[in-house]
Amino acid sequence: MSSIKIKLKEKDIAQIDEICKSFNNEPGELINVLHKVQTTFGYLPAEVQDVVANKLNMSVAKVYGVVTFYSFFTMIPKGRFPISICTGTACYVRGAEKVLDEFKKQLSIKVGESTPDGKFSLNCLRCVGACGLAPVVQVGEKTYGRVSPDLVKDILKNYE
Amino acid sequence: METIKLTIDKKLVEVEKGTTILQAAKKIGINIPTLCYMNLGDMNIENKPGGCRVCVVELEGRRNLAPACATDCAEGMVIHTHSIRVLNARKTVVQLILSDHPFDCLICAKSGNCELQSLAHKLGIREIPYQGEQSTYRKDTSPAIIRDVDKCIMCRRCEVMCNEVQTVGVLSAINRGFHAVVAPAFEMNLDHSVCTYCGQCVNVCPTGALTEVDHTNQLINDLADPEKTVIVQTAPAVRAALGEEFGLEAGTLVTGKMASALRELGFDYVFDTDFAADLTIMEEGTELLDRLSKHLAGDKEVKLPILTSCCPAWVKFFEHNYPEMKDIPSTARSPQQMFGSIAKTYFADKIGVDRKKLIVVSIMPCVAKKYECSRDEFKVDGNPDVDYSISTRELAGLIKRANIDFLSLPDEDFDHPMGESTGAAVIFGTTGGVIEAAVRTAYEVYTGKTLKKVDFEELRGLEGLRSATIDFDGLKLNIGIAHGLGNARKLLDEIKAGKSMYHAIEIMACPGGCIGGGGQPYIHGDSSIIKARHKAIYAEDEGKTLRKSHENPDIIKLYEEFLGKPLGEKAHHLLHTHYFDRKKEIFID
Repeated sequence: MSSIKIKLKEKDIAQIDEICKSFNNEPGELINVLHKVQTTFGYLPAEVQDVVANKLNMSVAKVYGVVTFYSFFTMIPKGRFPISICTGTACYVRGAEKVLDEFKKQLSIKVGESTPDGKFSLNCLRCVGACGLAPVVQVGEKTYGRVSPDLVKDILKNYE
Repeated sequence: METIKLTIDKKLVEVEKGTTILQAAKKIGINIPTLCYMNLGDMNIENKPGGCRVCVVELEGRRNLAPACATDCAEGMVIHTHSIRVLNARKTVVQLILSDHPFDCLICAKSGNCELQSLAHKLGIREIPYQGEQSTYRKDTSPAIIRDVDKCIMCRRCEVMCNEVQTVGVLSAINRGFHAVVAPAFEMNLDHSVCTYCGQCVNVCPTGALTEVDHTNQLINDLADPEKTVIVQTAPAVRAALGEEFGLEAGTLVTGKMASALRELGFDYVFDTDFAADLTIMEEGTELLDRLSKHLAGDKEVKLPILTSCCPAWVKFFEHNYPEMKDIPSTARSPQQMFGSIAKTYFADKIGVDRKKLIVVSIMPCVAKKYECSRDEFKVDGNPDVDYSISTRELAGLIKRANIDFLSLPDEDFDHPMGESTGAAVIFGTTGGVIEAAVRTAYEVYTGKTLKKVDFEELRGLEGLRSATIDFDGLKLNIGIAHGLGNARKLLDEIKAGKSMYHAIEIMACPGGCIGGGGQPYIHGDSSIIKARHKAIYAEDEGKTLRKSHENPDIIKLYEEFLGKPLGEKAHHLLHTHYFDRKKEIFID
């Protein structure tokens, strides 16, 4: 996985520091810290991991090891409108994969990537508990049910 | 002490509570095969992730097999270590590991020393029934260490060394499942990381995943080139370990045979790094006294403690981790580099050879030395003072390759003038030795008296952190000693917090000092070998007529003829160095 070069601002560093402090800078709290930091920044770029490692007094290699182990953590920024396609059992059998393929085609990105303009990102998840509406797609906070491949274009139009 | 009774292979054994099945079996002479497990007992280093499952045993009343390394004994256990079920399981485990392992044993650097190879042989594996995808990863070559992750079996021993023992924190398991590898952060190459090249990961790697950069072919070419004068220096710890590669008992000194073998290999001059170690003491000892007297006179600019600077892995460690303290270590170059610097000026002039045609090779117990001689500040117009360094292991390989019957070689001496040395130089090879050598000289210079006894037992030992107070005729000199970078970190944190009570500190990156260096013959988990080498070093010292660096006649002559005086202008230029802040060298491409 390649890392993304960004320059952290003082206030970003202060924010990470704050989060680490809220967990008493305890190395054992690494996963919780990363969780919160990702919620704040949207993703975990290399420099953010470097700061976290520093604050928790552990090696950045260990932090990176944890980030790459759990699929929840990402080093790629999410789009302004993150798209999640449910590929849980119910959605899958009702054609989620075809819907996913259509999103990939329309956006020209793979799962886990973002569009170059940073508008959309594409991810899969397993079951949002709305199996009756399968297949389900979430864009940000909004949920779309009974999605078919030909509806994909219309969904994307909502965010122009 | 609570004890437990259990039965292993029909033998009754009584052990302390908390003993693992593996340890209990060993107690009654049953050596259960292991792969990922590592225990360097005396150094308190253990790795038992229970990951490889090679050490599984059958436990009556338990459904599945148990990993002996990670299962504690319990009262009344009945264990079988070689039932058919166990043997088949072990075989399957190794076959599965081999199914994702390159088959280049014939040309692998680790062949003959590979624990996976010998295990496959031991378990009688003659076929791999499993075929499928193999994980592949790019090869990473740094100035000292090569990572070939395709050969990694995820035993995590290197991780334990790098993180827990050395606290360097470069290597970590990343990704998951089939894609998991051990790598530096962000999968950068080693030369973009904070790796110190101490080589302890190489020492414990069971396979060829981590090896040193090989310079032997370059050496063979140089030796065959009639245009070049090739000279060699050998570090003190090499002579205490090289014999192991030829079947000699650990701790056998082979100084004379080694000099003889190097001559056989075709070196034009066979010299000794010990000569430069004596020179180091002249400079470092003088610097210690200089800083000490200024400090005692109340000069607030002068900082104490002074730290030794012979170890390149240690130097890189503080450049990355404690750059704000980079004015504390002695500015004296390491013996390897002092040797190179003098060889390519003083000695080159003496024999009338241009420095570019003079190839200086070092034999080191170390892999970080390969990196050290590649550092830019040790080059003149791009020409390095030491052209390259080869490890003890590489030298042994070269002697075997050249068909030299090492054991029947006569004992020979080093050449002059850079082969003369004292006992003080020899003990540079072990933890405590550099500071003892410095004390022997500093004491006599400071007090003007002759030492009645040159042995400072209080500075010796293999404890990771040691301290002693030496009486300099009324002046109590507090000395700290650390080996292993994790221990060094403790002393540095003390200094940083302003709590250090030491005047001088010796630091060596490797556990045991250079005798346990990353380039030494593999010990395969037997830490008694380190102890034997440690003893051998002091035996060599005791056997020397001269045991104080300032009494080395060729060193005295070098100052008279060429250098002037210690810390003088010429010495400053040729024998001292400066350090860099590497904290800002962020490892993100």
